[in-house]
Amino acid sequence: MRVEVRVMPKAGVLDPQGKAIAQALARLGYGGVADVRAGKVFRIEVDAKEPGAAREAGARMAETLLSNPVIEDYEVEVKG
Amino acid sequence: MSATLVKPRVAVVLFPGSNCDTDAVEAVEHAIEADAHLVRHDEKELGDVDLVVLPGGFAYGDYLRAGAMARFSPAMDAVARFAAKGGSVLGICNGFQVLCEAGLLPGAMLKNANLRFVHRDVFLRVETKRTPFTLTLTKGEVLRMPIAHGEGNWTVGRRDFEEMLANDQIVFRYVDPSTGEATAGANPNGSLDNVAGVCNVKGNVVGLMPHPERASEEILGNVDGAKLFKSFASSLLGMGTRVSV
Repeated sequence: MRVEVRVMPKAGVLDPQGKAIAQALARLGYGGVADVRAGKVFRIEVDAKEPGAAREAGARMAETLLSNPVIEDYEVEVKG
Repeated sequence: MSATLVKPRVAVVLFPGSNCDTDAVEAVEHAIEADAHLVRHDEKELGDVDLVVLPGGFAYGDYLRAGAMARFSPAMDAVARFAAKGGSVLGICNGFQVLCEAGLLPGAMLKNANLRFVHRDVFLRVETKRTPFTLTLTKGEVLRMPIAHGEGNWTVGRRDFEEMLANDQIVFRYVDPSTGEATAGANPNGSLDNVAGVCNVKGNVVGLMPHPERASEEILGNVDGAKLFKSFASSLLGMGTRVSV
């Protein structure tokens, strides 16, 4: 089963990468970009029989390694 | 003053990707005549030591986040046990990042605010004498040391930061050497409140982004960094915490 873990900088935490990307977009002529936040996506194949177990496995991985709770939030989605 | 009465025993943890490990060994041998050895990341024991140094570099390639993988190495379990027993731990640059990821120090690192790898000398103000590494320094004293990092923008949640201030856990701040003030211009990476180094509640675990080991010998043109190691050696005379894990 495939689990997708999305890790994003917490609201209010400075995101230097997102800021630089927003500036680059503006330089390229994309008007109206108010803000960019840059995160990470992990696509993980897990041995799980049902979506609940897969989701739980993804959440555990996000909490122990994939995200840092001081600066990041995460979301888990089971892709089936 | 003669050399220390106790010859300090120092373990420097070597992660795959560490690159300041032998610098740290050399610095403590030179500054405090320490008996220093390297401990590989996959070793489960540190031996009988007085001090553990987590050196600079790019442990595990800094993949994911700086220090994120290194914290799970067997040697870090030993470091956590050593710290819990009151052993002195110093994390330098990447070592500081590892200590934050491991939860042995509060906070986390963001990429430098200007997104650049910054390498130059900075000036640090000593904010507290309560750690073994600042015990013999003066509060307000300004030290010069080099930095070299891309991810040294230390931050922590507002409530945790207030708790840290109340607990006297800020050890060094970046300052303007002409005024001794922690100005925005003196901050090389955008860290919260110009913080350059912090300690745990107990004060025995310290991390800092600047490199004291690169400023510990006359031949390097700067010996301000040696002051931290000399302070540590003096702390042994008072406490004598030789911890075995």
